Amino acid sequence: MSRARADEEEYWHSSKFRAFTFDDEDDELSQLKESKRAVNSLRDIVDDDDDDDLERVSWSGEPVGSISWSIKETASSSTSLLEGRDSSLQKGSSSYAAFPKQVSSYSLSSLFKGEVPHTQYGQMACLSLSALSDTGVKNYAPELRRPKAEYKDYSSDWSPKDTVRRMQRGKVCTLERFRSLQDKLVLLDEAVAGHDGNVITAVLIFLKRTLRREILFRELEVRQVALCHLIHFLKETDEQKLLLDLLRLCCFSLSLQLSQYREHLNIQDVEKRREFLKGCIGLPFSAEDTSHIQDHYTLLERQIIIEANDRHLETAGQSEIFRKYPRKASILNMPLVTTLFYSCFYHYTEAEGMFSSPTNLKKTFKIPDKQYVLTALAARAKLRAWYDVDALFTTKNWLGYTKKKAPIGFHRVVEILQRNNAPVQVLQEYVRLVEDVETKLNLATKYKCHDVVIETYRDLKDRIQLTAYKCKVERGSAEEEKINSILNNVVRN
Amino acid sequence: CPFPQAIVWDEYLTGPFGLIAQYSLLKEHEVEKMFTLKPGRLPQADVKNVIFFVRPKLELMDIITDNVLREDRGRSPQRDFHILFVPRRSLLCEQWLKEQGVLGSFIHREQYSLDLIPFDGDLLSMESESAFKECYLESDQTSLYHAAKGLMTLQALYGTIPQIFGKGECARHVANMMIRMKREFPGSQNSIFPVFDTLLLLDRNVDLLTPLATQLTYEGLIDEIYGIQNTYVKLPPEKFAPKKQGEGGKDLPTEPKKLQLNSAEELYAEIRDKNFNAVGSVLSKKAKIISAAFEERHHAKTVGEIKQFVSQLPHMQAARSSLANHTSIAELIKDITTSEDFFDNLTVEQEFMSGIDTDKVNNYIEDCIAQKHPLIKILRLVCLQSVCNNGLKQKVLDHYKREILQTYGYEHILTLNNLEKAGLLKPQTSGRNNYPTIRKTLRLWMDDVNEQNPNDISYVYSGYAPLSVRLAQLLARPGWRSIEEVLKMLPGPHFEERQQLPTGLQKKRQHGENRVTLVFFLGGVTYAEIAALRFLSQMEDGGTEYVIATTKLINGTSWIKSLMEKLEPAPF
Repeated sequence: MSRARADEEEYWHSSKFRAFTFDDEDDELSQLKESKRAVNSLRDIVDDDDDDDLERVSWSGEPVGSISWSIKETASSSTSLLEGRDSSLQKGSSSYAAFPKQVSSYSLSSLFKGEVPHTQYGQMACLSLSALSDTGVKNYAPELRRPKAEYKDYSSDWSPKDTVRRMQRGKVCTLERFRSLQDKLVLLDEAVAGHDGNVITAVLIFLKRTLRREILFRELEVRQVALCHLIHFLKETDEQKLLLDLLRLCCFSLSLQLSQYREHLNIQDVEKRREFLKGCIGLPFSAEDTSHIQDHYTLLERQIIIEANDRHLETAGQSEIFRKYPRKASILNMPLVTTLFYSCFYHYTEAEGMFSSPTNLKKTFKIPDKQYVLTALAARAKLRAWYDVDALFTTKNWLGYTKKKAPIGFHRVVEILQRNNAPVQVLQEYVRLVEDVETKLNLATKYKCHDVVIETYRDLKDRIQLTAYKCKVERGSAEEEKINSILNNVVRN
Repeated sequence: CPFPQAIVWDEYLTGPFGLIAQYSLLKEHEVEKMFTLKPGRLPQADVKNVIFFVRPKLELMDIITDNVLREDRGRSPQRDFHILFVPRRSLLCEQWLKEQGVLGSFIHREQYSLDLIPFDGDLLSMESESAFKECYLESDQTSLYHAAKGLMTLQALYGTIPQIFGKGECARHVANMMIRMKREFPGSQNSIFPVFDTLLLLDRNVDLLTPLATQLTYEGLIDEIYGIQNTYVKLPPEKFAPKKQGEGGKDLPTEPKKLQLNSAEELYAEIRDKNFNAVGSVLSKKAKIISAAFEERHHAKTVGEIKQFVSQLPHMQAARSSLANHTSIAELIKDITTSEDFFDNLTVEQEFMSGIDTDKVNNYIEDCIAQKHPLIKILRLVCLQSVCNNGLKQKVLDHYKREILQTYGYEHILTLNNLEKAGLLKPQTSGRNNYPTIRKTLRLWMDDVNEQNPNDISYVYSGYAPLSVRLAQLLARPGWRSIEEVLKMLPGPHFEERQQLPTGLQKKRQHGENRVTLVFFLGGVTYAEIAALRFLSQMEDGGTEYVIATTKLINGTSWIKSLMEKLEPAPF
């Protein structure tokens, strides 16, 4: 590719800024204006309705690649097929007055042409270049192709296929000629066959404008690719109403339901968003999705209640917890687990009947035990409510014995507590409960739970490790004493 | 200068354009100022022309509209506006501008067809971020149209490619379009001696697995961890602080360190495609060589010797700074690859890819969700499991979905749906899991992998051989006929087309001359896959050299991200 780069540079130097210097092209420019005038007068005589085509006739005599040719390209390109007639005329002429060339971006694309374009080439608008690259031949002079192609331009009866091909090359076409439904559909099918989204969308816009909605929708039902393009187009341009109509009338596939559900993201007002979600529940989703969307609605409903209540509490300044830990953000639109965390943080002790109580949330959304314990643990540890943490893992059997149990494994409990800077006394209590001895030792060593390490080595009767551990504890501390006494004990045995 | 210009850039385009034109070059062409496109009034600049370089996206049109409407009409001289669409003009965008009433403000509206951008000596990319999403979620095949056009341009430059192979729906479309374009321009038969013998078109959805796994080559890991954008990577600056005495820790640079990575750098060319575990030894070897070279100054006695030493200095200095950079990068990466979480994650990936426990809920994934690891990481793992199991059991899938939605928010149901549509996440339907058959036939999992001196492409994932590259390898030898059965299990048709060459251009192969294959990945390619193809190119008895083209350079994260529903409302 370095060759191409060198070429590119060469081009920049060789044709430096031709595009913006008009000294030598002045004549052509004035010629141009003249011929333009001539054409305009011609129009009065000949023309009845299709001025687009006429304009083209007049320019075809110009040498290819001359500046006027590029102007023509530009002029006709601003006469986008979607514009009304009058405005197109106006714009066409306004761009003649301006200077004709944009920055010569062509040189960049020459990178892939691998050659320095001739100067006349360089004057051409990129538009025509892209047309060239269509031909796939680098030295395929437009003079060769043009006459034939351009003749066709004036004969206003390109087949749908030709029309699509021209549009693909960025040329201007009037689609209005396609009057019958039959023609329009052939045009659409041709566009779809060309795989060029730009053209497909253009044709769709035309159809959307000229066909009755019911007919358009009906025809799109059997043309899935085109349908997708239209849906995408409507989404992009935010024509929500038409989009929803389309979804309602056409096939009810899952993605279409979802695209309606998606709309809630654009609704800022929570009340309205809630209402909207409520409407979504009725849509024919799969059973699984319906339950998720139902949950989403319920969650937002709860959040609105909680938010209103808590904001009131916070501003009143009566509640201690809100004074001590002011809320950082509103709970609205937060995920379920975050909401659960919030409720474990601010509303832990509330009775199950309250909407904001953690147990209520757990029941309503069928939160699995594991998830619940993890979240509650994180929230209570953050508040350093060690008593609550303890209670979380304490179960009583019917005889009244208490037992420690954690659905998530105590090593995880330890990690979470540690992350919340739990004191060693608390930490080691749970390290002790870790079942796997090796994990227990690792954790205890890592978090400096000396007692646990010492006891474990003692139970393992590992004198060597225990002796070695002595250097990890502080001199003259209770731990050192303990190690010594154990070591001595064993000796005495 | 009479017509100074300012360019307003769509920020996304600056990267790719940077690869083909530097600012200095633009400056020579009277580009006075460059701005990035953002809402509000355009900055002051004494220029006559303002040119917008943009992708045809509606949200960008809104910003441009805002720019134009806020332009001070009273100022003189008036500035002229132009708009340049890359890679295509879009009728939709123009209509949009028209509806906003600003279309008339643009004197020129043009397009610049930038189809394939050179990234390296053997790598071309279209940098079309959303190609995969458009093709598989939105049935929008415009990017395929551009790919076909790019291939036509390439053929115009490097000769008609006589053989086309392909696998996948999109590959079929591109081949059809190429044939059609050729037919529609019969004069396009060119007389260039063909450089490429074969074109292989591969759909990304034929191999959904590979991008999901963590790449383990040096370059792949840099991309996974820091993200390589248009050959540039931004790195945390700490490790690159200039080590000067007396200044320790005084002013550490806070700007991220930006480095360009390509094969022009000798050292990088050597290590980029190695397994990361083999990079350390190369770096330390290089360090010894360089310090030995510097030591030589003590042995230089005569003036001649000193002169020779001095003449080598610039090269040595460059080598040293290159070595210093890569040592720092390797250190940064090592910090991550040696972390517990990286190891756990990799273990799970490798279990899935070798077919272990793919049919039940995975503990590690559950833990990650509980700890709220980044959603993309979760999605990568769940998708990987689904792909390696040819779909998940309904119960397992529902469990993951529920956990994800409850933890990350219900709105992600949209993303999950996208992933399902793309086939990355799906319920097992036909009952039979055919992944083991595919794995065994294509030898996707290799137990004895040699990371230091690899003998198989599986080194790029430390055990897993990328399916896509295996297909390329088997095509070259012994041919796809040997794997018909497996090809039928993979989605989409496989096909072969021939493009007739004039007799004068038909290649008479010299003995021992390599065939050249262009592999075009439709929907994206990872650095590890590129590394694997380069490895095949270098094999002594390989007989095939590969050049790679793609719609976009991706990794699992960027890929999944492109499939996620954008949840924040548009910034404008």
